[in-house]
Amino acid sequence: MTSPDTANPIARRWFLERCGFGLGTAALAHLFRSEGGAAVRQPHFTPKAKNVIFLFQAGGPSHLELFDYKPALAKFDGTLPPPDLLDGYRAAFIDPNSKLLGPKYKFQKAGQSGFEISELLPHLATVVDDVAFVRSTVTDAFNHAPAQLMMSTGAQQFGRPSMGAWVTYGLGSESEDLPGFIVLNSSDSGPSAGTALWGAGFLPTVYQGVPFRSGGEPVLFLSNPQGVTERVQRDTLEAINGLNRIQFERMGDPEIQTRIRSFELAFRMQSAAPALMDISNEAPETLELYGAEPGKASFANNCLLARRLVEQGVRFVQLYHEAWDHHANLTKGIQQVAKDVDQGSAALIKDLKRRGLRDDTLVLWGGEFGRTPMTQDTNGIGDGRDHHPGAFTTWMAGAGIRRGITLGRTDELGFRTVEDKVHVHDLHATVLHLLGFDHTKLTYRFQGRDFRLTDVSGEVVEKLLV
Amino acid sequence: MCSERQHRRSQLLLCVLSIAAAIWPASAEVDFKGQVFPILERSCLGCHGPDQQLRGLRLDARDSVVGSSAPRSLLVPGSAQDSELYRRIAGLSDGPRMPMGGELADVEIETIRQWIDAGAEWPEGTGAEEVGRHWAFVAPERPLPPGDRSLHPIDAFIRAKLADAGLEPMRQASDATLLRRVSLDLTGLPPTVEELQAFKEDPDYGALVGRLLASPHYGERWGRLWLDAARYADSDGYEKDMPRQVWFYRDWVVDALNRDLPYDRFVVEQIAGDLLPGATQQQMVATGYLRNSMVNEEGGTDPEQFRMEALFDRMDAIGKGILGLTIQCAQCHSHKYDPLTHEQYYSLFAFLNNADEAKVAVYTPEDAQVRQAVLDEIRSIEDELMESNPDWQAQMASWERETRGSQPEWTVLHPEVDDLSTGGQRYLLQSDGSLLAQGYAPTEHVAELTAQTTLPEITAVRLEVLTDPNLPLGGPGRSVYGTGALSEFRVRAAPAGDESSERDIWIRTSSADIDLPERILDPSVFPHKEGSERLTGPIHFAYDDCVDTAWDLFAGHGRSNQPRKAVFVFDKPISHGSGSVLKFFLDQSHGGYDSNVGQNNNLGRIRLSVTAAANPTADPLPARIREIVERGRDDRTPEEDRTVFGYWRTTVPTWSAANERIEQAWSRFPQGNTQLVLKQRSLPRQTHLLRRGDFLEPADEVEPGVPDFLHALEEDGQPPRLAFAEWLVDRDAPTTARAVVNRVWQAYFGTGLVPTPEDFGTQGDLPSHPELLDWLAVELMDNGWSLKHLHRLIVTSDTYQQSSRQTEQARSIDPENRLLSRGPRVRADAEIVRDIALAASGLLSRRVGGPPVHPPAPELLFKPPISFSDKPWPVSTGGDRYRRAVYTFQYISAPYPAFEAFDAPNGATACVRRSRSNTPLQALTTLNEDLFMESARALARRTVSAATSDRDRLDHAFRSCLSRDAQPDEAQLLLELLRKTNEQLAGGLLDPWELTADDSREGPSPNEEAAWTVVTRALINLDETITKQ
Repeated sequence: MTSPDTANPIARRWFLERCGFGLGTAALAHLFRSEGGAAVRQPHFTPKAKNVIFLFQAGGPSHLELFDYKPALAKFDGTLPPPDLLDGYRAAFIDPNSKLLGPKYKFQKAGQSGFEISELLPHLATVVDDVAFVRSTVTDAFNHAPAQLMMSTGAQQFGRPSMGAWVTYGLGSESEDLPGFIVLNSSDSGPSAGTALWGAGFLPTVYQGVPFRSGGEPVLFLSNPQGVTERVQRDTLEAINGLNRIQFERMGDPEIQTRIRSFELAFRMQSAAPALMDISNEAPETLELYGAEPGKASFANNCLLARRLVEQGVRFVQLYHEAWDHHANLTKGIQQVAKDVDQGSAALIKDLKRRGLRDDTLVLWGGEFGRTPMTQDTNGIGDGRDHHPGAFTTWMAGAGIRRGITLGRTDELGFRTVEDKVHVHDLHATVLHLLGFDHTKLTYRFQGRDFRLTDVSGEVVEKLLV
Repeated sequence: MCSERQHRRSQLLLCVLSIAAAIWPASAEVDFKGQVFPILERSCLGCHGPDQQLRGLRLDARDSVVGSSAPRSLLVPGSAQDSELYRRIAGLSDGPRMPMGGELADVEIETIRQWIDAGAEWPEGTGAEEVGRHWAFVAPERPLPPGDRSLHPIDAFIRAKLADAGLEPMRQASDATLLRRVSLDLTGLPPTVEELQAFKEDPDYGALVGRLLASPHYGERWGRLWLDAARYADSDGYEKDMPRQVWFYRDWVVDALNRDLPYDRFVVEQIAGDLLPGATQQQMVATGYLRNSMVNEEGGTDPEQFRMEALFDRMDAIGKGILGLTIQCAQCHSHKYDPLTHEQYYSLFAFLNNADEAKVAVYTPEDAQVRQAVLDEIRSIEDELMESNPDWQAQMASWERETRGSQPEWTVLHPEVDDLSTGGQRYLLQSDGSLLAQGYAPTEHVAELTAQTTLPEITAVRLEVLTDPNLPLGGPGRSVYGTGALSEFRVRAAPAGDESSERDIWIRTSSADIDLPERILDPSVFPHKEGSERLTGPIHFAYDDCVDTAWDLFAGHGRSNQPRKAVFVFDKPISHGSGSVLKFFLDQSHGGYDSNVGQNNNLGRIRLSVTAAANPTADPLPARIREIVERGRDDRTPEEDRTVFGYWRTTVPTWSAANERIEQAWSRFPQGNTQLVLKQRSLPRQTHLLRRGDFLEPADEVEPGVPDFLHALEEDGQPPRLAFAEWLVDRDAPTTARAVVNRVWQAYFGTGLVPTPEDFGTQGDLPSHPELLDWLAVELMDNGWSLKHLHRLIVTSDTYQQSSRQTEQARSIDPENRLLSRGPRVRADAEIVRDIALAASGLLSRRVGGPPVHPPAPELLFKPPISFSDKPWPVSTGGDRYRRAVYTFQYISAPYPAFEAFDAPNGATACVRRSRSNTPLQALTTLNEDLFMESARALARRTVSAATSDRDRLDHAFRSCLSRDAQPDEAQLLLELLRKTNEQLAGGLLDPWELTADDSREGPSPNEEAAWTVVTRALINLDETITKQ
């Protein structure tokens, strides 16, 4: 198919350079206006990272079983916590004055950095020297939906743009055939806060995340309807675009040009997306590395897909795996989820590294909050932990991130953060920094106020940076 | 432009002045008139002066810089560092550095700094004398339309500006274009082929407009836009996003617009319909507007936190939707730019903070008829009883004497709840000692309550299950019927201070004021995974050591929502001289299995009391009857007497036949539907200012009040919320009429006269035609706030009827059409894009109103991992498959994909301006989505049967989609597509049965229909088809 000459060079440039994925001409004009005439956003300084892969561990993984070993917690297992620990503490479910629960799994030192990591994560243990662990992450919310919104959009309320939307708004996409912000879900449950987690909020809808699926149609309505062959589809698009061109000549509305390009892109996506989502052509050794199986929906498959998407120039890939909410049945439950997630996460780091994508790609791993050192004594078994916003572990790897370091410390029960606190806003500021943006200046004017991902706070965590 | 030489000179000057600045002592008195004002004059007033006030800022007048109309953070006298004026010019602010297009010289910046640091004195008499308030905060007055008096007033205002820009209006659009445009605008539907023909024959535009305004589809079209602002959705948001019934509110909106309910009444009923004298069901339903807020019922939430979130949401909705003001910033701090303070925000908030979150039964007209018939029948049977027993008064009085004072004394306990035992449900302590269950409702849990008592002897415990306006249908339970079931009730006790000797207390006997017959728990309402049979029935089911049986409170529709009680008598009295610690276990396991979709059968509000009386029983009299009886017969209304009679008759053994007839009548009482509404609280709630908007940080008490920068509130003894509602639509309300007029304008022309409909404050954009905006606002108010009047006015203007063709000249001077140099041309809203396809194909069902429908949608959207949990999506059949988009069931977290792709808002927050994107996902939707394809097939079938020649058929299909005739070049392209497709069909490359989706493979003309399906599909996908032009 041929591209029509376009009467609106701005719209055309926008498509090619910035968006790669339709924005209404009118919306474009609005964007221009809202920025006082600045046509194109530029990074504020040279970016370290071009792409981001966020492995969102929804439900709230227990840092105490995975990343933050606390011998004292083991020692005081079954006893009540010291009273001053709980001063002013609010919990979601439990009576905060519940007994302490010792770590359920063993830890061992790994790599040259000697990071102490749980036996539940044997694969991740092999790449700790490429990773920066943040044991001092904190958030503001302790219910799932608000906390997931906080991590994904920087606010507990609905209606704010997600991080992926901010990033594509700032940098556009490099892919001509795919959206700039793609979302992949695995596990048996969807994330608590739903589509708002990858929404565009008040940014133009073109920046919202597009969910791709590893099974069936990768994108909704991607396949032709029953009976429509590729030939018919091509003939039809030719007719549609021909008629739209006639209409453009009569009406002179540049929006029609945009429509023509939207149809062309849609047609290209129809072949590009399925090819991309089909991992059967990957080398068996690669599939093995990830533990990926073509045709299956799994976190491992999604990790591999994330690499493929980034290779195609997709700016922001967000994986959701909602499975970590272990109020009960922690011992068995976390073992299974760790097994589902460990290999894919580690493989992604190895694969990006060997393909030379590591220097361009930032990988971020974490949930919406951590879990309490106190037990949640459901059914009198005491094998569970409640939500805990006060301390949890996240990790980053790749572009611009120091390798093999551990940042921050929690107290001896893993309850409070005592050193190098990293708030979610700080994490966001750091991600934007790596992408070349001063987080206080990547703003969008809405309802009379310049909004930003980090609201009114956030500090770049310099200690994480190379 | 700066020449090289000028540039050098200014550099030199700068250098000199910098030196001068350096030697100025910091404390030097700055001469405002001589030094400061000239800088402002020279560099700022061009954009922020008498002629223009960009961002609403005016820097030439004392009042607007340092006086009462100054933006809050503009100047902090004594601290330049905290003053936005200084920060902007010095490049220290997050915002763009000022002035635009060139920085001030260092010395100038320094002068301003010193002036501010020294206290920012602005002597009286300097600068402009008197500056009015921000334009939008002054009530509009009707300006005189400029120029030619014979012109339509709208055209007069528009033409004046066009002439200033050297532009001519476009000629009128063709009849066919106009017909389609005005049909889409007024009803959201394209004209039918027949309507097109009729208009061709009789192009009476005025009559057409009248017909369209009278169409029931007018309310659907404009109602949808109001529903955006009302953040309407059929689910409650957050994690669970459970379905909820609020469609009575949606139908109220559609109906109110159709009957042209004056806009001021439209607003008042939505804010305070429940408080109007003699409020009707419909006026109650209208308050659903406020209740459309989301609810977070994930486990472990604090209900008060999300009640506050809901109130913030309501403030935001009223701000954006009615006032046209963004007020949510002031929830945490005083508004940075607009004059709304933190305190004033909570004063407004206080108007809304005194209502309960009620869910009431509502009835369709048919249901209401049945309901009335049942009540009438019962009354007439009771009348018969009274007539045939003339001494009933005396008999009843004697019964009352016997029953009066028969109750033992009960001591209310104040138990503590073990939070862990409630499975995430919260029990909120009420002032009467009862506990109200709120938040997450688990399907199964055993609530553990511990109470201390000093009573030396306890023979029995009474469990009351009470009603509360915050429970479904008023309670007393939390099930969909507002009832509950108690699976098991256990008691343990220990002497106070010696918990180690805690022991089980055996229950010997029980009684209750409701003992229903044994029956199987309805699995369609309370499904059970294991499939084991669960029973409900009389009170002894609550202590039979069997969790499968429960004491049930559901006594049928219409009479289940009343307080109930049960008394459990202990085997042996509990006697501990020093008092006792009592533990109660309330096992509630008769819900369903999936709390994610609201399956529960929990008790809603409970109160425990104990007695020392011997062998007490539950008072058989319902609480309401007991209250009237105990009060005596002297000051009793006839209706109260009737109420007592209604109970007493059931105790008269000889009336069993009549009682049985009444029971029969009750069984016909309709279930009805439910609707979320507001109900005024009986006990007022004190509002506090919340520091940083945090519900855990209440500060000073605040009373209801309105901000002083808006008009005053008339107090004349009305309930405060009603007074507030009337205040919103007061004739002096400066923004209300402007806001609605502006949004209507925006819907017609794509952009409002004020492009920021949500913000008329100082941060909003200025109106393109301020006089026109005011003229329209006053015109609306002067015509009884009739929206239909406003619509008629707009669509009969020449401005509206212009051709939407863009000329080169117009595009360069007026690229966004803010001057209205041409008619509107905008892609239709999401719902209309779908409705156009269904209408063009003839599939559309034009039924108005009713429960939401579920047109086909990819199943995976409603299942994990896309959805948090399984969401019901029973695909509608028959006509309901093809209803207008406004009736599609709307999940906040799983938006209907065809609408989401076209920028429909999801209902999470108020939306008064949709974005209008143009994406490949839209192309994929109209090309490939099921209903669009079904539309193409249906249109092909009609096309083939409508005519025989290809050209005639093409005309039919083309007119159906575009309401006009195809031009030769257009026809040629489509006939070429037809030819190619026919060729492939002939060559066996295409399966016609597949294309026509005819599984029977028996259609009369498969190849023709298949080929035309390809053509009609192309037509449905044209830019023009989904555009209003």
